[in-house]
Amino acid sequence: MNSAGLVTASYIAATILFILALGGLSNQETARRGNWYGIIGMTLALAATILGVVTQHYTLLIVMLLVGGSIGLVLARRVQMTQMPELVAILHSLVGLAAVLVGFANFMDHSTVLTGAEATIHDIETYLGILIGAVTFSGSVIAFGKLSGRIGGKPLLLPARHVLNLVLLIGAIWLCREFVQQSAMGGGIWPLVLMTLIALAFGVHMVMAIGGADMPVVVSMLNSYSGWAASATGFMLSNDLLIVTGALVGSSGAILSYIMCRAMNRKFLAVIAGGFGTGGGTTAAGGEIEGEVVPIQSDEVAELLANAKEVMIVPGYGMAVAQAQHTVYEITKVLREKGVNVRFGIHPVAGRMPGHMNVLLAEAKVPYDIVFEMDEINEDFPDVDVSVVIGANDIVNPSAQEDPEGPIAGMPVLEVWKGNTTIVLKRSMATGYAGVENPLFYKDNTRMLFGDAKDTLDAVLKAL
Amino acid sequence: MKIGVPRESHPGERRVATTPEVASQLMKLGYSVVVQSGAGAEASFADDAYRGAGCEIVASSAEVYDQSDIVLKVRAPDNDELGMLRSGQTLISFIWPAQNPDLLATLTERGVTALAMDSVPRISRAQKMDALSSMANIGGYRAVVEAAQHFGRFFTGQITAAGKIPPAKVLVIGAGVAGLAAIGAAKSMGAIVRSFDTRPEVKEQVESMDAEFLMLDFDDEDGSGEGGYAKVMSKEFIEAEMALFAEQARDVDIIITTALIPGKPAPRLITAEMVESMKDGSVIVDLAAEQGGNCELTEPGRVVTKNGVTLIGYTDLPSRLATQSSQLYGTNLRHLLTEMTPDKNGELVVDMNDEAIRGATICIGGETTWPPPAPKLSAAPKAATKPPPPVVEPEQKKSVAGPLIAMALGGLALFGVGAVAPESFMAHFTVFVLACFVGYMVIWNVTPALHTPLMSVTNAISSIIVIGALLQISSDSVLIMLIAAFTILITSINIAGGFAVTRRMLEMFRK
Repeated sequence: MNSAGLVTASYIAATILFILALGGLSNQETARRGNWYGIIGMTLALAATILGVVTQHYTLLIVMLLVGGSIGLVLARRVQMTQMPELVAILHSLVGLAAVLVGFANFMDHSTVLTGAEATIHDIETYLGILIGAVTFSGSVIAFGKLSGRIGGKPLLLPARHVLNLVLLIGAIWLCREFVQQSAMGGGIWPLVLMTLIALAFGVHMVMAIGGADMPVVVSMLNSYSGWAASATGFMLSNDLLIVTGALVGSSGAILSYIMCRAMNRKFLAVIAGGFGTGGGTTAAGGEIEGEVVPIQSDEVAELLANAKEVMIVPGYGMAVAQAQHTVYEITKVLREKGVNVRFGIHPVAGRMPGHMNVLLAEAKVPYDIVFEMDEINEDFPDVDVSVVIGANDIVNPSAQEDPEGPIAGMPVLEVWKGNTTIVLKRSMATGYAGVENPLFYKDNTRMLFGDAKDTLDAVLKAL
Repeated sequence: MKIGVPRESHPGERRVATTPEVASQLMKLGYSVVVQSGAGAEASFADDAYRGAGCEIVASSAEVYDQSDIVLKVRAPDNDELGMLRSGQTLISFIWPAQNPDLLATLTERGVTALAMDSVPRISRAQKMDALSSMANIGGYRAVVEAAQHFGRFFTGQITAAGKIPPAKVLVIGAGVAGLAAIGAAKSMGAIVRSFDTRPEVKEQVESMDAEFLMLDFDDEDGSGEGGYAKVMSKEFIEAEMALFAEQARDVDIIITTALIPGKPAPRLITAEMVESMKDGSVIVDLAAEQGGNCELTEPGRVVTKNGVTLIGYTDLPSRLATQSSQLYGTNLRHLLTEMTPDKNGELVVDMNDEAIRGATICIGGETTWPPPAPKLSAAPKAATKPPPPVVEPEQKKSVAGPLIAMALGGLALFGVGAVAPESFMAHFTVFVLACFVGYMVIWNVTPALHTPLMSVTNAISSIIVIGALLQISSDSVLIMLIAAFTILITSINIAGGFAVTRRMLEMFRK
């Protein structure tokens, strides 16, 4: 039998299964099937490679697979839904690290000898694979640190950071030239190691400069990088399966980053360059906000909710922090039994990761057919009796529409203030991530419920 | 300090300035409250209820005035009551200083500190103390109820076996608080409602209540005056307006007029001829009767029938819903007192730097402080402050050239790569580019709700990089083998973890 042909055939099948897996995620009904396609595709690719290509060290291989697989399964079982962003970030770092390691191992393996343009291209591929892998690795580790709170969420802005980035880039290009030249003569390990260090430093620096609320962009960007790293490795190994899969993942991450940036009305480069509202004190441009903050008590909220016909709940990162999603659903259940139409409005960048809120609500068993995207429900707000904003700020800030000079001008926001009454749950009057005062809190039809979202919502639930 | 609540002496006035509930909240501010016996009787608040809330009950109004430092009332004081007020005492009630200059002069002369609830400025912050709005709201609702009482037909249209009943047509003139309340009440009874107002900014509010807004073609004339009230219009405008009313009067069944301009007699909008042109059985409710009436034939305080049209000129509409209007008015007073008692120690502070309190205070310490300086903000921003429309043109130009340049550059780059690269690379490159496009097409279909599972599944899939390690593990070099083994370890964490966590998440998504 022609084993190489069989391996290639399996790879084609795996590629198709991967595409089907991504396609399956287009809606909730087919998503589970999609995940299975992915698992089958991966198993097929692994089995074909192990049976068709590997010639020795089977025991080590199997042990490693089993140990790694078990660790992965345990991680997946243990993780809290609120910690999903961290998990995704740390998993990305593993892909990055793998790309670096495969690149180095490949470089040290001299069994295939290439010459001329092919050798140059091969070297550049190796170089790029390691570069992207290293950036992904260190960037993801920092993102993990930031998301899990081990590193402060504030953007770290080094002076002259753009110059620094430029120097690092030029250094990387120069090292690439050095590497290609030295590699042709059989050396080249030092430029490669040096470049890896530079790439690691760059990854750290890049993510450190990005603040908490831009995390959805960062996470999806790292997602994209891990794909490109796999793709570059595929070029290096002349393996189409890696190239295709990497490209799929890479473009998926890129699109997610684009969607996130659009949802914040920001340029991708501006996010990467770091710092939101770094100008500081930009609030002054909007002038003093007229009006007064009207606080409200939990039992009054309960009464308002019970008497409403249409209720819209707008969750934000604060709900995740307070772990309030279960209480939110309990309240939803009680209200729905009373015939109140409760719906959820999700802003694309609510939370720290694309789709973060949806996952949290799903965890709390909120049926997904009452959870809506911003574009689906924004025009319904005028008919809403009570909107409940839980731990969100910038995504419901009317100054995005009203203040053309403001730092978040033009960002699409949920128009909660068009509803009859808005209740905002917040710990304090502090500004949101963008550092912009929120005129919503001062509107006549806004009531503020201060305190930890979980405690106050528990009180509301009790009052209901 | 002690707060006194006397019984209203004005004939027909059923309201009371404080309910038992409000009284108990005033006590929380540190005040003690004394109430005249029977003060709340007509608004269905018995003396016992006040006693239960902790109030002291006294028999006569003289005792109330004698004991209290602060007097809370609804109507402006009459001559007897004026005589009982003493220097240093604080009076809070409706006073209408513009219409009652003599009253204002007497109050000043007597050294009374007087706060007029009708003079609370119309700023957002003071809305909770705006008794004019809360009373107007009740008046507007009651106006429709009175109209229905005197209108001998259905409001709503019906088609029955016994024939068709057409819906009543209601015209509401002046879409302020009272007007909007009237629109809402009439609409919910099933009538066809039209509304007119000189301020174009209320069009949206009228339409939001599902009523029809009647427009005049006067582009540049805006009837919005200071503080969200209407102002006097030009002669041409008024002529056009009158023509509109004359035309409407022939058509509608009920007219509810609420047009008022602060500090001026009510504008005459409905003439005798218009009343004559109305159908028999029609009803006019004139909410401006007290200020002279919007309709020429209105008789304040009375219901009269002229030419078959019933004209309702009640001036006590809020008082006809005494329980609720007392509650709302009492709450307005409580908000005002809360503002004026910053330390919650029962000591009243008249802070003349506070815009709301400054506006309401009409005399203090023997000096007249009315009228106050003009409030700063109108309900709607002035047209002049509108930002210039954004310039769109450059954007369009860019959108044509941008993709062309990008395509040209992309083409050149592709050509460059093709010129140098060996064929084997180009084969892989083709696959790569095609895969990017497939990814692009597929991912756009992913619903935003599944973005997190998408990321975890792509993460698992990108661990396909394990293939690279698998290819290397068979190497004879121990170092390479170990590196490959470690790579397999971490990528398999990723594969198992990624797929498992995706599965876990997707299990949670349910209908």
